[in-house]
Amino acid sequence: MTTADTIFWPVIPALKAVVILVVILHIVPGLVYFERRISAWIQDRIGPNRVGPVGLLQPLADVIKLAFKEDLTPQGADKWIYRMAPFLVYAPAVIAFSVIPVGIDLQVASFGVGVIFLLTISSFSVYGLAFGGWASNNKYSLLGGLRASAQMISYEVAMGLSIIAILMTAQTVDLNEIVRQQWGATTLGLVQWNLFQQPIAAVVFLVAAFAETNRLPFDLPECEAELVGGFHTEYSGLKFATFFMGEYIAMITMSGLMVTMFLGGWSVPWIEIPTSPTFGDVALSVFIFTVKLTVLLFFYIWVRWTLPRFRYDQLMNIGWKVFIPFSLLNLGLTATSGVMGWNWLIPLPW
Amino acid sequence: MIDALIGNAASREVIMLLAAGESSDLLAIVVYATLAIVVGLGMLFLSEVLGPRRKDSQKESVYECGVPLLDSAREPFTVKFYLVAILFILFDIETVFLLPYAVVYQQLGVIGLAEMGIFIFVLAGGLLYLWKRGALEWD
Repeated sequence: MTTADTIFWPVIPALKAVVILVVILHIVPGLVYFERRISAWIQDRIGPNRVGPVGLLQPLADVIKLAFKEDLTPQGADKWIYRMAPFLVYAPAVIAFSVIPVGIDLQVASFGVGVIFLLTISSFSVYGLAFGGWASNNKYSLLGGLRASAQMISYEVAMGLSIIAILMTAQTVDLNEIVRQQWGATTLGLVQWNLFQQPIAAVVFLVAAFAETNRLPFDLPECEAELVGGFHTEYSGLKFATFFMGEYIAMITMSGLMVTMFLGGWSVPWIEIPTSPTFGDVALSVFIFTVKLTVLLFFYIWVRWTLPRFRYDQLMNIGWKVFIPFSLLNLGLTATSGVMGWNWLIPLPW
Repeated sequence: MIDALIGNAASREVIMLLAAGESSDLLAIVVYATLAIVVGLGMLFLSEVLGPRRKDSQKESVYECGVPLLDSAREPFTVKFYLVAILFILFDIETVFLLPYAVVYQQLGVIGLAEMGIFIFVLAGGLLYLWKRGALEWD
């Protein structure tokens, strides 16, 4: 190691952290714009097209508008909790993204325990929703906050169980290792994605991810019609924007985890991962990850503007009476077939 | 089974959470988390600073369909939510117990499978009991 290396060793990891954070924060306004355009397209409307070319500057205009709105604190609100609640939704979602590999061994930080770190951090966001609902001193907010916390903790169990099924298949908790196992070919001409190895876990995880991020058809905490926005009824200005950002970043984090665990992450299907990657290989892997992430985010938006909302009892029934028993059964199946050495998808030598 | 769990490198990895990371990883996560927190707190701070501030008792009143406020929102709410929270703790602990097993289950073989099967069977029995008692019903 030369002197330059010893002096500059903090530069690369710090730069990596800054770049990934800046990209994540800037995806949000873009995603909001695309959601509005896609929803307009699905509903045969025009959508935002006035600010800038084809409405591209609309998110910027929205941010400026929100920043200069009056920031109200309702009477009788629990002031400090009211102020901290948006932050508690936003911060866990952003920090949880740090372990998701966006390219060949490229993530903010790789602990040996990627998935567990992500699960731990992201489950903190339930505090933000509960606190926001309680501190507003508003009946709608209280109901929204309670619904949100009950929904999130219920689906967290199903999500945890489906993640365990993946860990059983992968035999590791390192997300990069999980990706490395998924590039190859198998019987039936399929890629060795965990989506095909663990279809039940994939479905459970997908639905649980919708419920965890409070997206339609599981957006009961927000219910514009009955709860006028739920836990963020009383929020205005940048505090509302922080809630909003937190939700969208949580969506990106969940999609990133889904891509990594089920859809082969940054690996190119059927093409072997180079052991000593060049700059071009890394760029290609980032591109592949971005494409998969974009498809999944489009799917999120598509579902939101297609399906109606569930009733609350239906939501809780699906969570406790369908997903938890099914994921337990799936675990039993995975463990039995793993111990017995059965596998319906046999990896082919390439 | 316990020996196998603790002796296995993979589960030691789980226990030594941060020790497994290299110093550059630690630095990166610290930089990342600090910046993320600064941005978040900065947004909250800006929202207090920017924007007009014209106090008005009507404006600050709590929204309730535009009618005068009837009573406080600080009221007891249905006990169902507590039940969900308690059930969540039970099943989340189950998930935590399953995590180390997931990584080493092939080494543990049939014995481990049987032991875990009994564990899951007891918990699934509990879920079935709750179901029959109507703890999962929302009306």
